[in-house]
Amino acid sequence: MLILTCPCCGVTGEETEFHAGGEAHLTRHGPGSSDDDFENYLFLRENPRGVHFERWRHVNGCGKWFHAARDTATLEVFGTYSAQTTEPPQDIIDAITAKRPGWSWREFK
Amino acid sequence: MSETSALNGRVAEGATTVRDAGLQGMITLRGNLASTKLKAICKEITGQAMPKAGQAHLDGDTGLAWMSPDELLLLVPHGQVAEVIARIDAALAGQHYLAVNVSDARALIAVEGSGAREVIARLCPVDMAPEAFGPGDFRRTRMAQIPAAFWMEQDGSLRVICFRSVAEYAFGLLSNAATSPAVGCL
Repeated sequence: MLILTCPCCGVTGEETEFHAGGEAHLTRHGPGSSDDDFENYLFLRENPRGVHFERWRHVNGCGKWFHAARDTATLEVFGTYSAQTTEPPQDIIDAITAKRPGWSWREFK
Repeated sequence: MSETSALNGRVAEGATTVRDAGLQGMITLRGNLASTKLKAICKEITGQAMPKAGQAHLDGDTGLAWMSPDELLLLVPHGQVAEVIARIDAALAGQHYLAVNVSDARALIAVEGSGAREVIARLCPVDMAPEAFGPGDFRRTRMAQIPAAFWMEQDGSLRVICFRSVAEYAFGLLSNAATSPAVGCL
C-alpha cells in the first residue's frame, strides 16, 4: 500500500485518503504553440518502472495539491513536497540519489 | 436555518452508543490564519487560541478546529451563527477572507463508550491508538466511502462531522461498526 505524507497538513495517510493527479512538472502548451509541443503536453506521459514524480491531492483531508516522488515498482516514497514549484527540490533529489544511484526521469537526474 | 438535524435525534444504544448530536452551528472561515485580526476575532468569539495543524480547541458546542493551512471550522451554538458571521465580517473588513454558514450542510454524530476508538478504526484509515490520537486531536479523513472529520472530547468520546446528504449512510456505518464487540486492541 502507498503511504503518503501531505506536506500541507502533515498527515500521513494511506492511498485512499488521497487522489492521484498524474505526472508532475508538466509545462502547459496552449494556443499558439507548435503541434509537437501541444501533442507532448496533451498526450505524451512518462510510464517508468522505478523513480516517478506525480501530483497528488489530499482529497479527503486538507484538500491541497502536492508533489510526490516515489518508486512505481516498490511503492517506496522518497518524499513529498510543495505544489508551488516547477522542479523537485534538492533534498528530494538527494534522497532519491541515495537510494537509486544513477536514476533519471525526464530532464532530471 | 434548519429546525431539525439531518438524523432528527436518532440513537443506536449499545456498549458503544452512536447518537445524533443535534444541531450545531458551524462556520467555515478561510483566510490567512496567521493574521492578527483573524486570530483576535476567533479568540473573541470562541475564547480559544488558534489551534495547530491537526488540532481542535473546543469547549462544549463552541470552539475552533484546524481544517487546512487556510481554513478553520468555527463551532458556535446553532442560534448564534448569523450574529457571529456579522461580527467576523465587521472585524475582517478589507482583508481577504471568507466566512460562510455551513451548519445546515453538515451533520454531527457522537460516538460514546469504551469502544469508540475501535468504531472509528474500523471505518477510517487512521491510527486510533491512544498514543497516536487523543483528546484535542482533529482529523479529516475518509470514512468508508465518504469524507468525514472527527475529534476526541476530553472524556474520550468522539464527534464525527459529515455532509448532511450522507448523514444516513454515516449513521448506518457507525451504528453497524458499533454492534460488533470490541476486539480490545485499542
